[in-house]
Amino acid sequence: MENGFSSPRSDAFPAGLRVLVVDDDPTWLRILEKMLKKCSYEVTTCGLATDALRLLRERKDVFDIVISDVNMPDMDGFKLLEHVGLEMDLPVIMMSVDGETSRVMKGVQHGACDYLLKPIRMKELKNIWQHVFRKKIHEIKDIENHESIIEGMHLTRNGSDYSDDGHLLSVDDLTSVRKRKDMEKNHDEKDFSDASSAKKARVVWSVDLHQKFVKAVNQIGFDKVGPKKILDLMNVPWLTRENVASHLQKYRLYLSRLQKEKENSGMKHSDASPKDPPGSFGSIHQSDVVNSSYLFSGNSLLPRTVDPSSHEDDLKSIISEPVMEPKRPPVNLPDSHKTKNSQMGFNRSFQPLESEVDFAAFNSGIPTKSYWGEVPDVQFGQEHTPFVHLENGFTKLPLPDPLNHVNADSLQSIPCTAERGISGPTKSKPPCPEYGSNQISDPSPKVSILDPFPQSSKSNIVNHQRALEPIYPCTSSLTTQASCLSCTADIESAQRDVLNLASGSSSTLASFEDDLQVLFQGDSYGDTLGVRNLGFSDYIDAGLINEVPIHLYDSLRFGYEYPCDMTEYAILDQAY
Amino acid sequence: MEVGQMQRQWLDYTKSLFLEGFLDGQFLQLQQLQDESNPDFVVEVVSLFFEDSEKLLNDLTSALGQQSVDFKRVDAHVHQLKGSSSSIGAQRVKNACIALRNYCEEQNIEGCIGCLQQVKHEYNMVKNKLENLFRLEQQIVAAGGSIPMTELGF
Repeated sequence: MENGFSSPRSDAFPAGLRVLVVDDDPTWLRILEKMLKKCSYEVTTCGLATDALRLLRERKDVFDIVISDVNMPDMDGFKLLEHVGLEMDLPVIMMSVDGETSRVMKGVQHGACDYLLKPIRMKELKNIWQHVFRKKIHEIKDIENHESIIEGMHLTRNGSDYSDDGHLLSVDDLTSVRKRKDMEKNHDEKDFSDASSAKKARVVWSVDLHQKFVKAVNQIGFDKVGPKKILDLMNVPWLTRENVASHLQKYRLYLSRLQKEKENSGMKHSDASPKDPPGSFGSIHQSDVVNSSYLFSGNSLLPRTVDPSSHEDDLKSIISEPVMEPKRPPVNLPDSHKTKNSQMGFNRSFQPLESEVDFAAFNSGIPTKSYWGEVPDVQFGQEHTPFVHLENGFTKLPLPDPLNHVNADSLQSIPCTAERGISGPTKSKPPCPEYGSNQISDPSPKVSILDPFPQSSKSNIVNHQRALEPIYPCTSSLTTQASCLSCTADIESAQRDVLNLASGSSSTLASFEDDLQVLFQGDSYGDTLGVRNLGFSDYIDAGLINEVPIHLYDSLRFGYEYPCDMTEYAILDQAY
Repeated sequence: MEVGQMQRQWLDYTKSLFLEGFLDGQFLQLQQLQDESNPDFVVEVVSLFFEDSEKLLNDLTSALGQQSVDFKRVDAHVHQLKGSSSSIGAQRVKNACIALRNYCEEQNIEGCIGCLQQVKHEYNMVKNKLENLFRLEQQIVAAGGSIPMTELGF
C-alpha cells in the first residue's frame, strides 16, 4: 500500500534511529510501533514507565530517543522524563491526548524536546530524528568550545610571565575562535558522521555515577559545589570537568524545578526585592557598566569601546548564540552550572528586560529563581552568570576595532579614578556576603544612571558603594571573587582574556598591563573584563555616558560584585 | 454474493461509519498502516482496543459504584479510555468520554453514571459496526478478492 509514507534509504540516517516508546495504552503502543517501523526506525516498546527506566539504565547507549506518554499509572511521565534527561541525556518526546497549555508547558519545563498530541500521525513521527540530530549539533559545538578553551589553557598554563606571552596567546585564541565561528556557520551542511567525535565524548550517567555525583555534591555542601570539586571527590578518571559541569547544571535545574513545584509562584517577587542580590539583575548590569568604564579610562582604551555602532553586528551574533545553545558547557568556569542556569533565565527573559520595566516578569522567566532564593550562596551564582556570555561575546568580537572615538571626551574625566584604582590593587577584600547586608544607603549619585533600570538594581548598587567605599574598583571585585572561590585551574583563561584584550586593543595598554597581571593573578574572573568592555560600549550607546561624568565616576567605585551581566543587557539593547 | 458486489458493500459501509461519526481520520491512518508485513494490522489493533476498553469500562463501573467515589481515579480511567478511543478513531466514544470527564470534574456522581452508560452505549455501537466491517472483509478475502482500500478517498 503506497501511501506517501515511503521509507528513507535504509543505509542513511535517520533510518535505524533507535526509539524507545513508553505507553501504558497497548493499542497506542502497537500503533506507534508500527508507525515508527514504517519510518525505518528501530523500535522498542514498553508498557510501564518503571520498566522503561530499568531498560534504559541496563542498556546504556542503546537508544537515541524516547517517546513517552504523560499519563501512566506506575510513574508520572514527567518523572520519567526527568530521569531520562538527567541520567541518560537522551531527547524525550512527550505525548498525550490532552493538549492543555499547562500540561504541554510542564512537559517542556521538564525538558521534553517535543510534545505530541494524540492521535499522533505518522508524519510527526517521521520527523523526530531532528531532535537527535539537534542534540548532536549541540554536542559538536560543546566539544569545539572545550577544545578551544583547553588549547588556550595549555598555552597559558606553561607560562608564568603572562605579560610577555600575551600577544602570542591572544593570537592563538583568536584562531581557535575563528575556527569555532566557521564551525557554527557550517552546522547546517554538516555531515552527520562528523558527530562521531561528539558521540565518544558523551557521558552516560548511570545510576552509580549519578549517585557518586550526588554524594559528592552533598559532601561539598550544596552552596559551595563546583564541577572541579565534584570531579575531585568523585574520583572517576575518565570523567572530565565539562562532563560534571554539564551534569551539575541539569541537576540544579532538576532541583530547582522540584523546588518550584513545591513553592509554586510564591517566590517571584521576593526575589526581586533589594535584599536579595541574586534576583536583582539590574544591578549587575549596572555595576558592570561601571566596571568597564573604569577599565577603559584607565587603559586609554576609551576610543575603542565608545563607538557602539561598530559593534552592532557582532553583538547581534553574540546574543543569538547563547539563545541557541543554552546547554553549552561553561567550560573553564568553576561554577559553570550556575552560569548555565542563569543563562537560561536570561534567554527567556530577554523581552521583559529589554523593556526595562517589569522585574517581576523577569523573575518569573527564570527557572532557577526559586532555587536561588533558597540557597544562601546566591551571589555566588550571580557572579558567574556572565561567563557563558563572556565566552561568546569575546570570541565573536573582533578585538582590534577600527572605529573608535565618539564619546571619548565625556569619559576623559575618568582616568584619574582609574589610576587610583590601579595603584591600590590589594586593598579591599569585602567578602561577598557583606554585600547583602549593606543595603540602600545612598542611591543619589547613581540615579541618573540607574533610572532605566528597575528598582532593585539601585539598591544593589548602593550596596556596593557602601561596601566598597574606600576601595578601588578593580581590586575589590577581584579580591571578592577570589575570596569566594578557589578555582586556580581557571586562572589562565582569565589572564589570557585580559591579554587578548590588551593585545587586541591599542598598545597604550602596556602601561596598564603589569597592573592587570597583578590584579588578575589567581583570579579566573578576569576574563570578564573582555566583555565588560563590550558592555560598556553598549551602555554608552544608551546615552548614559553623556549624562554626567560624575555619576560615572561615583559608580566606578562599586558594583564590582556582578561583573559581567551587564553585557547581556547591553547586548540586548543592541539586538532588539 | 460476488466479490465486486461485496467490495462495493464494504466501501459503502465504511463510508457510512465515517459519515455517521463513528470513526474519524485516525481509522483511515490505521488502514494505511496495514501492509504485507501486517495484513491484519487493523483487526489486531482494534482487538487490542476492545480488550483495553472493556477493562477500563469495568474499572470505571466499579470506581463509580464505590461508597465514596474517588474522582481522581475515575478521571484517570476516563482519560485512558479517551486516549485509547482516539487511537482507533472511535470518535463518538471519545466524545462521550469528554462529557464524562466534565461530570467527573464537577464531582457529579449522577452525571458520571449517566454518562458512563452513554460511553458504554457508544462503545458497543462502534464495536458492533467494526465487527460487521471485519466480517465483510473476511468474506471478500475468502472469495479471493482484496479490500478496496485505495478507493476510500474522501
